[in-house]
Amino acid sequence: MLIRRGHEPRENDVTPEAVYLRRREFLTTSVSAGLGAAAFGSAFLTGCGPGEASAGSQATLPTKLLPTVPGPPALATDEERTRYEDATRYNNFYEFGTDKTDPARYAGSLRPEPWSVVVEGEVAKPGRVPLEDLLKPHPLQERIYRLRCVEAWSMVIPWVGIPLGDVIARMQPTSRAKYVAFETLLDPDQMPGQRRRVLDWPYREGLRIDEAMHPLAILVVGMYGKVLPNQNGAPLRLMVPWKYGFKSIKSIVKIRLQEDQPATSWNISASREYGFYANVNPEVDHPRWSQARERRIGDLRKRPTLMFNGYADQVASLYSGMDLRKQF
Amino acid sequence: MALLESPRTRRRALRAATLTLGCLPAVWLVHAAFTDGLGANPVEKITHETGAWAIRFLMGSLLVTPLRRLTGWRNLTLERRTLGLFAFFYACLHFSTYLGLDLGFELGSLGEDISERPYITVGFATFLILGALAATSTRAAARRLGRRWKPLHRLVYLAGIGAVVHFLWLVKADTREPLIYAAILASLLGIRLWWRFQARRRSPQRSPDRVAG
Ligand code: HEM
Repeated sequence: MLIRRGHEPRENDVTPEAVYLRRREFLTTSVSAGLGAAAFGSAFLTGCGPGEASAGSQATLPTKLLPTVPGPPALATDEERTRYEDATRYNNFYEFGTDKTDPARYAGSLRPEPWSVVVEGEVAKPGRVPLEDLLKPHPLQERIYRLRCVEAWSMVIPWVGIPLGDVIARMQPTSRAKYVAFETLLDPDQMPGQRRRVLDWPYREGLRIDEAMHPLAILVVGMYGKVLPNQNGAPLRLMVPWKYGFKSIKSIVKIRLQEDQPATSWNISASREYGFYANVNPEVDHPRWSQARERRIGDLRKRPTLMFNGYADQVASLYSGMDLRKQF
Repeated sequence: MALLESPRTRRRALRAATLTLGCLPAVWLVHAAFTDGLGANPVEKITHETGAWAIRFLMGSLLVTPLRRLTGWRNLTLERRTLGLFAFFYACLHFSTYLGLDLGFELGSLGEDISERPYITVGFATFLILGALAATSTRAAARRLGRRWKPLHRLVYLAGIGAVVHFLWLVKADTREPLIYAAILASLLGIRLWWRFQARRRSPQRSPDRVAG
């Protein structure tokens, strides 16, 4: 059986989290503030002390279980799943800070409920759709995917979501809809990291329409059988497992179908380093580091990275005839 | 403060303080490693922490001379070497973590990284400088090198610049932290330039033709 179902949360998923978090906070606080301040005060200066993005607060992890049906077995991986603790405490979500522990510490200020998504552009039925209505027609599926970050680390996460293609089909795209553009919430009060212009907010991402319609592409509302934690992109995020993690935009408030290729945040920030396609490709290095290998979170040593993150059989045909070195 | 009255005890206390300070981050790292305190990606955490402490101790060693000049506290000179050696110590841990756990001791990959990735090129050059300075930091080495010792050890300024550039070139988008180090380094080098400039301006007044004129 490829899909493992039944997520009785393991023991360490539930209770000791609060304790664990407190201990971690103590450690990081005492070390970076204490030691750092003692030594030349640089820890204070470099802003790794506490209270940095103090508008945010620690998010409590959701406990609500989501009823799911299994996704297509052919799309699942039976690799060992990443620990829930790691998947919820090691995140890139610059809206809450650029350190990987920032989202877990500060995403408490995000209010994922109520939530709605603006649907616009080349669709028959534009408008603002409450999240419940967007989800209602589709049974939630579990999809266990590899997640490969552009920074050469990876995880295996059981997502809960619905096929993006089904959602887009219901919007009735016009014949001019060639691309799908997504946008994250813009609200510095809820997302304190947006007070610094590390990226050109709001975060934007996009897919070609055929990529968006691919059965692997899903809109995610949960993970590990439970509602999506704030730091993982609550309440609605994208997951395109054959692309680097930054393509899978979080906390989506807008979906726009359009004729032109949309501008995307990391591409705007450094176009030489982050392309529009951002397909996982061990043969095309990031200008500053190799993409040939990755560290699976939980492992000490690195392992080889697979073409299209191991989904080549399913997606390679989308890119036939393209020079993946140029269209990276 | 009666205890610190004699110059000798003061010197010793300073010594102990520097040594303790230098060991604390390593002790903490080892402790954290054994108590699940390094987070989801311990290798990355160790790389970052050891790199961060290498640059902090390097900046610390560059702070000694200006501090001595401002406070007149000559005992500090000895601490300069210790701080520099700690910078090298953390750079060694930093480099070994990278070589062992990121590259799996594949020297071919190391060569490739050094030649192809500018931030590694600069980091490695900085590491070599720190190594050369550490190797010639003993009194015996200073005696052997004689007049060449001082110009050699001026390379520490280059190491400072190298460390900051390495940091600047490795971050993805958030340049705040490396820029703070750049500002610290600029002040530390700037004050030396300023003092030098001041000394030059003063000296012509003592020059013979000025006196004659
Ligand atoms: C021997 C060659 C060196 C190599 C191969 C090397 C490699 C690395 C790597 C791989 C990272 C992490 C990059 C990332 O996560 O994106 C890093 C970070 C860093 N390195 Fe180095 N490094 C070297 C030498 C040095 C030296 C000599 C110093 C300072 C004196 C230094 C200071 C730093 C700092 C400050 C960071 C960033 C730490 C942080 O993010 O807080 N490195 N280095």
